[in-house]
Amino acid sequence: MDIWTFGWTVALIGMGGTMLVLWLLSLLILALRRLFPYKAEPPASEKE
Amino acid sequence: MESALVSGLQGLLLGFSHLELGQVVMILIGALLLYLGIAKGFEPLLLLPIGFGAILVNIPQSELMGEEGVLRFFYETGVLTEIFPILIFIGIGAMTDFQPLLENPKIILLGAAGQFGIFLTLLLALAVGFDKLDAVAVAIIGACDGPTAIYVSSKYAPHLLGAVSVAAYSYMSLVPLIQPPIMRLLTTEKEKKIVMGVLKQPVSKTAKILFPIVVTIAASMVAPKGTPLIGMVMLGNLMRECGVVERLKRASENEIANIVTLLLGLSIGATMEANKFLQRETLIVLALGLVAIGLDTVVGVLFGKLMCLLTGGKINPLIGAAGISAFPMSARVVQVEGQRYNKKNYLLMHAMSANAAGQIGSIIAASVMLSVLAGMGLV
Repeated sequence: MDIWTFGWTVALIGMGGTMLVLWLLSLLILALRRLFPYKAEPPASEKE
Repeated sequence: MESALVSGLQGLLLGFSHLELGQVVMILIGALLLYLGIAKGFEPLLLLPIGFGAILVNIPQSELMGEEGVLRFFYETGVLTEIFPILIFIGIGAMTDFQPLLENPKIILLGAAGQFGIFLTLLLALAVGFDKLDAVAVAIIGACDGPTAIYVSSKYAPHLLGAVSVAAYSYMSLVPLIQPPIMRLLTTEKEKKIVMGVLKQPVSKTAKILFPIVVTIAASMVAPKGTPLIGMVMLGNLMRECGVVERLKRASENEIANIVTLLLGLSIGATMEANKFLQRETLIVLALGLVAIGLDTVVGVLFGKLMCLLTGGKINPLIGAAGISAFPMSARVVQVEGQRYNKKNYLLMHAMSANAAGQIGSIIAASVMLSVLAGMGLV
């Protein structure tokens, strides 16, 4: 494989792959937040 | 007796009689790194041991990198085996709070754009004549992440380790000087003044604990070659968030990280022997490293402009510059730049989200690159 085929392949798949993986992670974060939403801790006095 | 005295005295002059010009230059370079670390505060934790290691290894007849030299032992057992960068990654994970990213996940794409400098620099490195794996090692300086750069270059181009590491750590510390001119040049007055408001989307403890586990599995499945990088950062982060292994978390971010940083710095400095470091190639590596971080910033800000356009002007493109791994330095640069044009603008939390994304992005970019190389049969 010549250097330019190598370079452009790694560059294009690398940029696309990085973008894709991080986009997938953003979806996973949204899913985690939806599945496990934040619930405010009740004040200490209410707990008692 | 007389000849024994002369021989003994000659032994004391061995250092001077074997001193070469290149070694003098390298000792001065080591001293410069010490000056930058001590007097200027540029990444002192790394530049100090690197600078001192460079001085030690260039003292004639010291043999610290000889067959039984102590620095060779550290280098071979810690750097060539990748143990040092891997242990540093656990510490980074234990120190990093991904909460800003979890609060604002759409910003994560800026962490991808901020890595494009790696891939563009790969093309430049090939254009100036580096072979394939050397070009990969040079390009990884664009990750703006010292341990990632060390991990990749020690694995695929160990002869470039010294130059790549010095470039990575020096430019990381120069982010406040490198980024602002690019940010100013690429954004309009109106864009610089965009106010992004307060970010307040609390995240549950369960989500924070599951995040490192989910990221490890998902990212490693796509880019398995990067599992050591992703896995160790996320292990550190899991220890931080779960709250039940406080001792391990503290050890990872303090004792282990400190010891490894010292030995790693010395080992890198030890690779800077005059006959290996003082070459035209080193200067090109340093130049390409600077270009890589500049390109990261350019693409990050341009992507920020795109997001600004797509969201109807709700995103300040300046935060795109924080999509690199220099945490939290780059986020602070964005905050300072934002306030130059609008005193009431607080971009810090948004920039921290982008910066946290940049930390993950740099590891993912390296992992993706290594997996592509594996797919091509090159590694």
